[in-house]
Amino acid sequence: MTPLPTGSATHPGTDIAAPRLAKKKFLHDAAEHVRDTGHRAFVRKALGGYYTTRDAQKARYRDYEQARDAASLAKWSAVNRLDELLPRFAENFTANGGQVHWARDAAEAREIVLGLLRGARAKAVIKSKCMTSEEIHLNQAMEADGYGVVESDLGEFIQQLRGEPPYHFVFPCMHVRRDEISDLFQKHLGSPPTSEPEELTMIARRHMRRLYVEADVGITGANFLVAETGQISITENEGNARLTAGLPRVHIAIAGIEKVVDRLDDLAVLLPMLATAGTGQPLTCYNTLYSGPRRAGECDGPEEMHVVLLDNRRTEILADPEQRDSLHCIRCGACLNVCPIFKNVGGFTYGTTYQGPIGSVITPHLRGLADWNHLSGASSLCGACTDACPVRIDIHHHLLHNRRNAARTAPGRFERLGHRLFVAAASRPWLFAAGGWWFRKSLGLLKALRPPLLKAWLATRDLPPAPPHSFRSQWRRR
Amino acid sequence: MSSTRMGDARETILARVREALRLPAPPPHLQSPALDPAPTGSLPVLPLEAARPWLPDGGDSPEESRRILGENLARLKAELHHVADAAAAAAFLADLARGRNWKRVATHGHPLVATAAATLACDTERVDAGPFDKDALEACDAGVTSCEVLVAQTGSVLVSSATCGGRALSVLPHVHVVVATADQVVPTLGDALHAVRERHAGRLPSMLSFITGPSRTGDIERILVLGAHGPKELIVLLVG
Repeated sequence: MTPLPTGSATHPGTDIAAPRLAKKKFLHDAAEHVRDTGHRAFVRKALGGYYTTRDAQKARYRDYEQARDAASLAKWSAVNRLDELLPRFAENFTANGGQVHWARDAAEAREIVLGLLRGARAKAVIKSKCMTSEEIHLNQAMEADGYGVVESDLGEFIQQLRGEPPYHFVFPCMHVRRDEISDLFQKHLGSPPTSEPEELTMIARRHMRRLYVEADVGITGANFLVAETGQISITENEGNARLTAGLPRVHIAIAGIEKVVDRLDDLAVLLPMLATAGTGQPLTCYNTLYSGPRRAGECDGPEEMHVVLLDNRRTEILADPEQRDSLHCIRCGACLNVCPIFKNVGGFTYGTTYQGPIGSVITPHLRGLADWNHLSGASSLCGACTDACPVRIDIHHHLLHNRRNAARTAPGRFERLGHRLFVAAASRPWLFAAGGWWFRKSLGLLKALRPPLLKAWLATRDLPPAPPHSFRSQWRRR
Repeated sequence: MSSTRMGDARETILARVREALRLPAPPPHLQSPALDPAPTGSLPVLPLEAARPWLPDGGDSPEESRRILGENLARLKAELHHVADAAAAAAFLADLARGRNWKRVATHGHPLVATAAATLACDTERVDAGPFDKDALEACDAGVTSCEVLVAQTGSVLVSSATCGGRALSVLPHVHVVVATADQVVPTLGDALHAVRERHAGRLPSMLSFITGPSRTGDIERILVLGAHGPKELIVLLVG
């Protein structure tokens, strides 16, 4: 059996050494990907079933639109009272016997988790799906410290073996064909080749069983933190998070601070909405609330439970009232599934932990607008993302807001020059007329010359023929 | 990590949060006239009861709830069997074990479960009679548990670590059998949460898990496969 690849050096999607290259890489990868029609067809086909099951489940709501209102309101009132709810969660979780850790940034979060692993004298670590751990590059840090770590979610496990980050934050390996998975398992697990998804799943299942039993520490994410009761809620389909939080001696959960909700009752709305928007299920297979370590009288469960609360610039989004609602995100992935850009450029092109429309909104906040503003252009502004969002985040308008903010802080040179020329011409009628005449005459020349500024535009489009007379002269003649 | 640095981080984050929230956010774009912020000037904190008529139906009578539960479990590819009484549940389970050639079945001390497992011909493993061996539990063909409630609206089984055999029993063995009484069926998720809070007033179990069908994954080409890491089969025996 080949040892697991570390995955760190080959994480193309999440770690770009020089962020200035992010835009260049995006444009390059997008162009490459768009040409790969086979891959695009594969991804579209994989998403085909999603629309059908989601619509069937939406129809079972007696009023889906009003249920969206309820979900939106629950998140709105939590995010806007984070100052009150975060300490309340921490207090109640501590009273339940858990320990809360606060991390200002990724480095601090990694340090906390590594400290807990040292304290627990951990030998084997099992993980269930946790996007915040991707965000802070936890696996690389653990491996650098010599801890073996295995991703237990099937999709994440496949991505770990491939040395790739998740392609989609809900469907991590939706871009991988079954024969590639068969080859991968053959190489790393020594399993016989097969083209049956069922058999491939069973190979991973058998491989993982021992690891759950042997692991000392289980690391999970959290979908919601319930302030009222001090519980964390984890949503999953496979049962791997249940095993990760149930069998090892220590359970560590890492969660963004925006995951807090006020009341336990809020979950009666949010859990079904998350499942319906995310995968078209009535409820995801396992929705589990953990309030702390094993209690007296319970027959199993961890001796210690820790929650790491991660800021990592979420408070910067919070400080922007206009885009604060992007913290309502429950990471269902619906906006990716409906996005024409995502379906055409693919998950890796974004180069971010959180792909798709919501990733394009929050990444410039989390990692700097100057380097990531190009993602605001990764949208046709069709609004499909906003329509799909179960908590009514105004996603496509936020992409516009980011474009506006970027133009304010660093307006483009050509844009500025263009506006100045226009102002000069528009305020002098004779110059405006002369400019119009010159432009009508030279349009043909422009088409023939294909200057670099217009090259990309002209590659797939034609300029219309110039009208023989200006609008003003036509008007005068009427 | 020293405790002072820890405290610093907490204070820094909470100070950032307070500072950020000094500017109020515009109200969310809602479509429901019932939630119009204009009349009151502020948004209501929505009681769960208000959202109930919008969510999927859980039934208005016990009969209807049981019918909806049955439909949902069928859609989820879980099995539901009605049995007349505890003795019939025991006979059903014994038949199942014989038919499947189960060697070892894991159980816990709940009266319903104990009665149902009493006539099993194969070995049984109690998880709540002193520390149990994880490997032995993993090797069991099936786990039999009680539940807190069954939720009609979503077809879910709510188990807890306090009364349903802990954390691993309902997820580690390959088949999960749930024994419940017909009066444990509640209409909605909200009702289920209400029921556990009533039952465990002030001291919720360390784990509460809504199980909605057998374990599943769609990670390979989005094709549904049952039994990813948890049970491949979920069998509900409804007594009475």
